[in-house]
Amino acid sequence: MLLISCPWCGPRDETEFHCGGEAHIARPLDPPALPDAAWAGYVFMRDNPKGWMRERWMHAQGCRRWFNLVRHTVTHEIAGAYLVGAPLPPLPDECP
Amino acid sequence: MQRFSLVQLVRNALAHHEKWPAYWRSPEPKRAYDAVIVGGGGHGLATAYYLARNHGITNVAVLEKGWIGGGNTGRNTTIIRSNYLWDESAHLYEHSLKLWEGLSADLNINVMLSQRGVLNLAHNLGDVREGVRRVQANRLNGIDAEWLSPQDVQAFCPIVDIGEGRRHPVLGATLQRRGGVARHDAVAWGYARAADALGVDIIQNCEVTGIDVLAGRVVGLRTTRGAIMARKVGLVTAGHSSVLAAMAGFRLPVQSHPLQALVSEPIKPVLDCVVMSNAVHVYVSQSDKGELVMGAGIDAFNSYAQRGSFHVIEHQMGALLELFPIFSRLRMMRTWAGIVDVCPDASPIIGRTPVGGLYLNCGWGTGGFKATPGSGWVFAHTIANDAPHPLNAPFALDRFTSGALIDEHGAAAVAH
Repeated sequence: MLLISCPWCGPRDETEFHCGGEAHIARPLDPPALPDAAWAGYVFMRDNPKGWMRERWMHAQGCRRWFNLVRHTVTHEIAGAYLVGAPLPPLPDECP
Repeated sequence: MQRFSLVQLVRNALAHHEKWPAYWRSPEPKRAYDAVIVGGGGHGLATAYYLARNHGITNVAVLEKGWIGGGNTGRNTTIIRSNYLWDESAHLYEHSLKLWEGLSADLNINVMLSQRGVLNLAHNLGDVREGVRRVQANRLNGIDAEWLSPQDVQAFCPIVDIGEGRRHPVLGATLQRRGGVARHDAVAWGYARAADALGVDIIQNCEVTGIDVLAGRVVGLRTTRGAIMARKVGLVTAGHSSVLAAMAGFRLPVQSHPLQALVSEPIKPVLDCVVMSNAVHVYVSQSDKGELVMGAGIDAFNSYAQRGSFHVIEHQMGALLELFPIFSRLRMMRTWAGIVDVCPDASPIIGRTPVGGLYLNCGWGTGGFKATPGSGWVFAHTIANDAPHPLNAPFALDRFTSGALIDEHGAAAVAH
């Protein structure tokens, strides 16, 4: 069970949240111009990292706002939350 | 390999069971192999066995980072069925079920296949329509399937509550009588033993740390037990498929999630079939030891941790009691999780990869155990011939580019 800190509401139980999966998947600006493989990359292909991961969460039973979380997929440790649109924080194992 | 027989049993009993042979050798890895299978789960071991038996390729190693039977093969709920809606899936899983039916004799080990029947309950009009449609689709594909009325459900499985006042009333069910359960670790041990007897090296505690690619072709692997050269490599690593694919330089459409299961304390025989419910999300059977074996849903977040959150178990218990009020005093003994590789269309990926000589078998998600023999059969064919078997041709990685998905998410009789 995760204890997730919503940037607006503070630490809440995981059951209040909806997990939106991998963050920062940018929609291509001109989809009709894309080759099929690039479109498949956007729609289906994922990094699915073993280690630190940036992912999207929504506080479904609270403020209902989306935010990003840095979480470790083996230890489930949470390094912190940051707002959508904010500059990417470095992952804890990355050199700043 | 010493074949198991009544004579051997008597002889070993007289020797106080101190002289049973080991199931497989534990050789040091050789410098080079014709084919290396990464992942010593049921699917990987079955692949190695059929490579040797069907295609005569015996210079093969199976690399397992942990121990045989310690991954998802030993963590599932052992349910076997083939009542999938779409033709491609139905053919693949039915091929697998037919192999299950002869597996104990083939491997000379008792995999304890028990074809006790699999019920898929319908709780609303949508479920009923889906169930009836699936029964007809299964029959057109030559798969045994029946539609049961609520009274038939009660007769087949008396402890299901079909009362109309229930929150999730039972409006009927599909039944596959040839479906059932098997002993999961016997399957892994049996394939390992039979493959070993044909010359396959089974190497445990050997984790792959890198994949060497030269001019677009795989040439070898780096492992925690040294470098191994290989002309062909098959990746069968379930939840870790994305990690291995990243080593070879490509991405996959799979996400790794924990899938939890649990067993109750042992009780007298009370449930002699497998009951599944899509809408309430229950699947339950009773083991030979008397424990109820239940599977929960996946945790929503990505994880490689082999453990999930408690509220998923709590939800599963609520659903179970909704269908079986009789279990309300039952205590649960153990819970665990395995890391499953979920595909966007809930169908596996079996075939070639962008790297020459590197083959992929993954994406089985929450339902790979039932496919173990068939998966190994078609994957061995794919590796041996550098081309897919007709049964797995539709399950290629490029379906995510072409759009020819096999969408079993809501169609495969259970929510994935």
